[in-house]
Amino acid sequence: MRGSGPESDIVISSRIRLARNLAEFPFIRRCSPQDRKSIEKMVHDRLQAIPGFNTLYYLRVDELAHVDRQFLTERQLISREHAEAEGARSVAIDNDERLSVMINEEDHLRIQVMKSGLDLHSAWQQINEVDDQLESKLSYAFHERLGYLTACPTNVGTGMRVSVMLHLPALVITNQIEKVFRSLQKINLAVRGLYGEGSQAMGDFYQISNQITLGKSEEELIGQVSGVVPMIIEYERKARDFLITQNREDLHDKISRAYGILCTAQTISSEETMHLLSSVRMGVNLGLIDDLAISDINKLFVETQPAHLQKLRGNELDTAGRNIERALYLRRYLQDRGKEHRDERN
Amino acid sequence: MKCQQCEKPATFHITELTGEKPHELHLCEQCAQSYLTQNPSGGMPIQPSLAGMLHHQLKVADTAKELAKLDEQVCPICGISFYEFRNQGRLGCPHDYTCFGSELDPLIVNIHGDTQHSGKHPKHHRQSSQDQTRLIQLHNDMKAAIEKEDYERASQIRDEIRKIEEGES
Ligand SMILES: [Zn+2]
Ligand SMILES: [Zn+2]
Repeated sequence: MRGSGPESDIVISSRIRLARNLAEFPFIRRCSPQDRKSIEKMVHDRLQAIPGFNTLYYLRVDELAHVDRQFLTERQLISREHAEAEGARSVAIDNDERLSVMINEEDHLRIQVMKSGLDLHSAWQQINEVDDQLESKLSYAFHERLGYLTACPTNVGTGMRVSVMLHLPALVITNQIEKVFRSLQKINLAVRGLYGEGSQAMGDFYQISNQITLGKSEEELIGQVSGVVPMIIEYERKARDFLITQNREDLHDKISRAYGILCTAQTISSEETMHLLSSVRMGVNLGLIDDLAISDINKLFVETQPAHLQKLRGNELDTAGRNIERALYLRRYLQDRGKEHRDERN
Repeated sequence: MKCQQCEKPATFHITELTGEKPHELHLCEQCAQSYLTQNPSGGMPIQPSLAGMLHHQLKVADTAKELAKLDEQVCPICGISFYEFRNQGRLGCPHDYTCFGSELDPLIVNIHGDTQHSGKHPKHHRQSSQDQTRLIQLHNDMKAAIEKEDYERASQIRDEIRKIEEGES
């Protein structure tokens, strides 16, 4: 993510996903390998026939190397399930990696639009249009009363999942995060931590999404999520103000040390990197670090992940090798950026 | 099969859908009761457990015999049994929403608090549910025809599929 867009100091990204199934095939679980191939081919062919869709990158996920599938997962273009599944499946991706269409995931189609910052309304406009275009070429499984039919009854109706990824370090430090969770659950919103290499929750990133998909319109569901996000942003900003007024030295010290480790480490795990980058990100937002931009940090979050490092290096690396490569990449990147910023100022 | 938490026979088969992948639990009645009523603690989100809700709902009406009978119900279009759905938490085809309707509707109310879609509708293709079921059937027939190398029949079926898809039937 570019680190731009509304509220991008706290909101990393906004994402909307639609689950759709074709009327003429069973759901994925009951598809034969032949069915999966037919679906894959049919969707591909019809996508090509839509003006503006013939420029999409089209990748056969089952034919990709493991590291390439992982790479797409790290860029959030496909789900982990899609990367690891079996049988014919693919993904279509647009040039700026904002739109992706997974074919043969849990549902025949999973359409996703992602935006930087808090921008659910334009994400909805775009995905709604894409959905209409796809639907002009494909016949969706739709029920008069239940809406779009999905493999899991938890997605039936709109088939829509709206999520916003938030960076909430100050709420974590001030132990207020649980309180936020509990109030969100009361209004039927799900909260998830961001997971890293070893599937451990990564402290400071949280994704908020709708749980209910039936009985409310798409606009109402989006309204519910986008209505609550400004309150959380406000809450996080208050916690940051509190930290900086109460204990500026300690906070500055913690952030500077985090930055120092990232600039000098010789080997570093992905968990530690995430954790330190989180501190540095808050430091940039609070003006305590001035030779980096938020976009640099967002980029580092993505590019220090395992598949990205292996692609960068050009060969497979084990955990120890990745930790060394990650540290090397961080040192070089941060030195270069720091130098550029100092030059700009001089 | 034995209960995963004690030595008694497992009579409840619960599929948790809250994690990354469906996760199966086999428990006796007592252990299932305490499992289903426990409160998820800590910072993890409390999400609806599909199997837990299904269990609760089935419990109301059932005797073991009735449940077994229910489990044997099979969708005529995709062949999934109610037991398989209960176990995997995923349906087999769009028609399952109709053929398992009496069990699914209360579950859907539990999850969403509603059974009436009020969002967008497809603009171009608006077949009835029956037409959609017919589409899956025709598709199967076409596959069979191609396997038998009966291409004339296959192309007839293809035309029929087109007609339904284009809303002419
Ligand atoms: Zn037991
Ligand atoms: Zn079925």
